[in-house]
Amino acid sequence: MAELNLLEAINQALDQAMANDERVYIIGEDVGQRGGVFRVTDGLHAKYGEKRVIDAPLAESIIIGSSIGAAMYGMRPIAEIQFADFIFPAFNQIISEAARMRYRSNNTWEVPLVIRTPYGGGIHGALYHSQSIEAFFTHIPGLKVVAPSTPYDAKAMLLAAIDDPDPVLFLEHKKCYRLIKGYVPDEHYTVPIGKADIAREGSDVSVITYGMMRHYAVEAAEMLAGEDISVEVVDLRSLVPLDRETIINSVKKTSKVLVLYEDNLFGGYGAEVAAIIAQDGFEYLDAPVQRLAGLDIPAMPYSTPLENEFLPTPSKIADTLRDLVNY
Amino acid sequence: MEQERDQSRLLAMYHTMVLARSLDERMWQLNRQGKAPFVISCQGHEAAQVGAAFAMRPKHDWIVPYYRDLAMMLAMGMTPREVMLGLLAKAEDPSSGGRQMPAHYSHRALNIVSHSSPTGTQVPHAVGIAMGAQMRGDDIVVWTAFGEGTSSQGDVHEAMNLAGVMKLPVIFFCQNNGYAISVPQHKQMGVENVSDRGPGYGFPGITVDGTNVLEVYEAMSAAVERARRGDGPTLIEAKCVRLTAHSSDDNDRTYRSPEDIKAMRTRDPIASFEHFLRDEGLLDDAKVAAIRAEIKEIVNDATAYAEAAPLPDPSTVQKYVFAE
Ligand SMILES: Cc1ncc(C[n+]2csc(CCOP(=O)(O)OP(=O)(O)O)c2C)c(N)n1
Ligand SMILES: [Mg+2]
Repeated sequence: MAELNLLEAINQALDQAMANDERVYIIGEDVGQRGGVFRVTDGLHAKYGEKRVIDAPLAESIIIGSSIGAAMYGMRPIAEIQFADFIFPAFNQIISEAARMRYRSNNTWEVPLVIRTPYGGGIHGALYHSQSIEAFFTHIPGLKVVAPSTPYDAKAMLLAAIDDPDPVLFLEHKKCYRLIKGYVPDEHYTVPIGKADIAREGSDVSVITYGMMRHYAVEAAEMLAGEDISVEVVDLRSLVPLDRETIINSVKKTSKVLVLYEDNLFGGYGAEVAAIIAQDGFEYLDAPVQRLAGLDIPAMPYSTPLENEFLPTPSKIADTLRDLVNY
Repeated sequence: MEQERDQSRLLAMYHTMVLARSLDERMWQLNRQGKAPFVISCQGHEAAQVGAAFAMRPKHDWIVPYYRDLAMMLAMGMTPREVMLGLLAKAEDPSSGGRQMPAHYSHRALNIVSHSSPTGTQVPHAVGIAMGAQMRGDDIVVWTAFGEGTSSQGDVHEAMNLAGVMKLPVIFFCQNNGYAISVPQHKQMGVENVSDRGPGYGFPGITVDGTNVLEVYEAMSAAVERARRGDGPTLIEAKCVRLTAHSSDDNDRTYRSPEDIKAMRTRDPIASFEHFLRDEGLLDDAKVAAIRAEIKEIVNDATAYAEAAPLPDPSTVQKYVFAE
């Protein structure tokens, strides 16, 4: 057991997976000698060699497309897309190929592929180094999408993703990388994909969220505790498949719910969560389902005041929750 | 001995080409009868595919095909019954159980990889399979096919580039029939031959007459040897003719002149190979008649079998989104 940040926890999971299974290899831009632009693959090139930690040409579609082929051949590729903002050249390979392979071949082929990618903002990444991309991918049946936000979950869910026989998009929030620390068991362990986590128990209002927003929601909950408002924070962790039961149970308990996400509001992943609550949790609700999310502008701007204006922050979350509790 | 082996190989090639043509023609009949909503043809590409197939080891080497590869499928061991099951979208169809359109081939036991409809997406998969083989030290060759129009896709360029970097055992097999649906080659690329691009990726590019099965076979044999030696990929461009419209939904008379269509018909790969085999004394009228009669039986059997086979059960529609 050691205290690690999120990035170190992911590095440890990669190391253990590669040590345990010769079929596992890493491919991506700068993942080799440099150890990745965020240093997530640091040390692995030296330990496992350039045949298993492959510096790819600067071309995302072949990073994913070749990984699909190798996975079908029986390998266990872990592909890194350097920034989630640059995953779109590989969009077709992910949604038309990886996600549909099992279905279209009537279960004769499968693609056990993990795609890791840093996403999210609040780090002065501007339009093209800050995006949340989950809504594009959670729409596609056949692809699992996870977004762990603690070091414990990141290690466990990455190991689960590598064991998974289906393609998994593994989202790593850039702001969590070094900021979020926690105790991580040394051994190989997993958290099943598809189970949410109660990040904080509460009784007056629920926040359903994931990623960096989990931590902001907990901060807001701490602020409100002093005002005698008890906030429950549900960290979804796994976006597809979604743990509907934990969401509805929390709604039953508090009767008021805020769906919180960092992506643009309109058509974001939280819209689906809100729809599920409206449909399956209607009779438990004492207030309309609320959403708080990023602004509907093309992306997060660079300059600090603009960036802060885009993002839900702990104080904006607290304000929204106050209003909701008083509904 | 050697000569007998060669002769039986030549006749086997001929047999596969005629079988592919006959099955293909039957598919169009079924389409006209309203029994098969969609047909996309291999007619005119048989020599290219059979010449390529005979240079490889079925069930050992890996095939990442495209929708025109009927003759390749047959040469690799897909049965005419299996082909017809796919055409009629029956539950037993090994490619997809009736989920994909016809000619979207796949056959796990034969190392034939499932492909989709967006053109060129299969080419990176071939590269990845070859990467897996290289990492494991397996001596397979991976063959992937696409049309000259598809050679414009970014995926094809990205795939060839990585294969060149890693010296992978892949053969990029471009079947150039001069058209991408209606768009002629000169609007598709600024080079005369797709193969001109090979050296740009660091490996040989070769153009062969795709209507000459033996010329294709020779070029493929050299490429296979090169790949097995570990010397890396080859781009082979087989210049073919597309003897039909693009598909059963197309009408090529809206963009091909009657003269062009007539000229193309003089390049029928089966007619020229039959002529060659007659000159060699391997075929005569009686032998040709016997082969054609035998193949007609095979096609009849495949059609009857597939027509009688059950359709997929609608209750299975939600199966296999994920592992079950
Ligand atoms: C990405 C994509 N764009 C367009 C199409 C529609 N389409 C199907 S086949 C085809 C032409 C392909 O031509 P070519 O690659 O030369 O192959 P050929 O059919 O001539 O053998 C087109 C445009 C498609 N299937 N996928
Ligand atoms: Mg063409």
